[in-house]
Amino acid sequence: MAQFTLATPVTEHDMRQLRVGDSVSLNGVIFGIRDATQRRIFDDGVAPPVDLHGAICLHTAPNVKKEDGRYVPVCIGTTTSTRMERFTPGLIEQYGVRGIVGKAGLGEGSARAMQRYGACYLAIVGGAAALETTQIEAIEAVYWEDLMPECIWQLRVNMLGPLTVAIDAHGGNLYEQVREDAAKRMRDVYRELGLE
Amino acid sequence: MGQIDYGQVQRTASDLYVRALKLIPPDVTAAIERALEHETKSGARDILQTILKNVRVALDRNLMVCQDTGIPIYKVKIGSNVSVDGTKLEAAIRAGCADACVTHPFRSSICDPLTRQNRPDSTGDHIPVVDFSFAADLDGIEIRMMPKGSGSENMTWMKMLLPADGVKGVKKFVLDCVLRAGGQGCTPSLIGIGVGGTAELAVKLAKEALFRPIGRPHPDERIAALERELLDAINRSGIGPMGLGGDTTSLGVHIETADTHITMNPVAVNSQCWRSERASAHMYADGRIEFGY
Ligand code: SF4
Repeated sequence: MAQFTLATPVTEHDMRQLRVGDSVSLNGVIFGIRDATQRRIFDDGVAPPVDLHGAICLHTAPNVKKEDGRYVPVCIGTTTSTRMERFTPGLIEQYGVRGIVGKAGLGEGSARAMQRYGACYLAIVGGAAALETTQIEAIEAVYWEDLMPECIWQLRVNMLGPLTVAIDAHGGNLYEQVREDAAKRMRDVYRELGLE
Repeated sequence: MGQIDYGQVQRTASDLYVRALKLIPPDVTAAIERALEHETKSGARDILQTILKNVRVALDRNLMVCQDTGIPIYKVKIGSNVSVDGTKLEAAIRAGCADACVTHPFRSSICDPLTRQNRPDSTGDHIPVVDFSFAADLDGIEIRMMPKGSGSENMTWMKMLLPADGVKGVKKFVLDCVLRAGGQGCTPSLIGIGVGGTAELAVKLAKEALFRPIGRPHPDERIAALERELLDAINRSGIGPMGLGGDTTSLGVHIETADTHITMNPVAVNSQCWRSERASAHMYADGRIEFGY
């Protein structure tokens, strides 16, 4: 299990070198997006006002305050990705996104798109928002402010992580592996407890 | 007979909410540290270390541990040496809950269940959940607070099993649920289980079980043995922290029971995430106040 530090925007090569179980930290700019952001892109057909080629997107809706006309983070955490499944293949295929940072994983469609185009799902430690907030150096820009707090957040990050590669560009899916393994192990446990 | 200072109750209710979001109880941190000592998977070790680092960062920088401000729950226990106006007591707690949200300030996670419209101050119809109980040997009032996170609260199940299913049925139901949830609700989790009572009492007991410090077994050895057996079984699944594999899926299993009907066998599971947020305050009849977890 290797450790990587990647700078954004990332390349296809950056992503194809990663395997499930690897650990990644990110530097540079990432984009915070959530449900409403992606409903506008895909249901309303509005192209995002930023170039997402090689981008890493974070599933978040930050808790911020305004100081001297600028947004500063109060608490930035990560939301569950599973709800975002229906949008993610489109983000990868149409807009060139190469990484999603989230928790709890994505479905089959996203995993296929990741394999085909060279993208990865990077699992953050859910609930570790204090750390995440300190790894976000600045909110550089906010697009689609009317969707507050589900705008597009341009965030400058310094060593965001550690993130675990949970779905890689080679068909690997750590959640699936763990689930299958758990089902197998539990057959023995159930038998021992006389539960079958 | 001691008198209640309702202003102090209000301030305490507010303080408890903020404390619960920022300070992880020492028994929870200790349980994560113990898990780290035994964890054999390197990825899982990284996650547990990150969690511990996060707890320290929150403390050092006065930040919330996690972004979810939760659904506020207050459990109030009233002793027999204080006289209480219940309506004033409840109003003070509600006001304190709103104060915390508005003056900290932090995000209100509360919304209307039909329109989904957000409430501005962490209160709403029946929210905060305020629960009263009484204890003859308690000096003053004890308030326990839990800002329950949605990720773990969504991992809740209840079933009316058949009496013939017995304790085996209970075990199977719990393990099936926990396995299905995988890493959802930010594992390593604390699993609260309610057995017996009525349907809603079983769920309430499961939640009550989450208020117990991790590592304190049930005083009834038969129930404590069941807690150990289920914890061991859950951790043998290998689901691990965040569902990414490892020896640490749960930090504890806590069971609370009530007697039930001869033709009923209710069981409920209510999970808690690694944050295991809770805070408590003991307001003595003479006006002293003591904060804890
Ligand atoms: S489940 Fe717990 S740790 Fe995870 S996001 Fe919710 S409150 Fe935070």
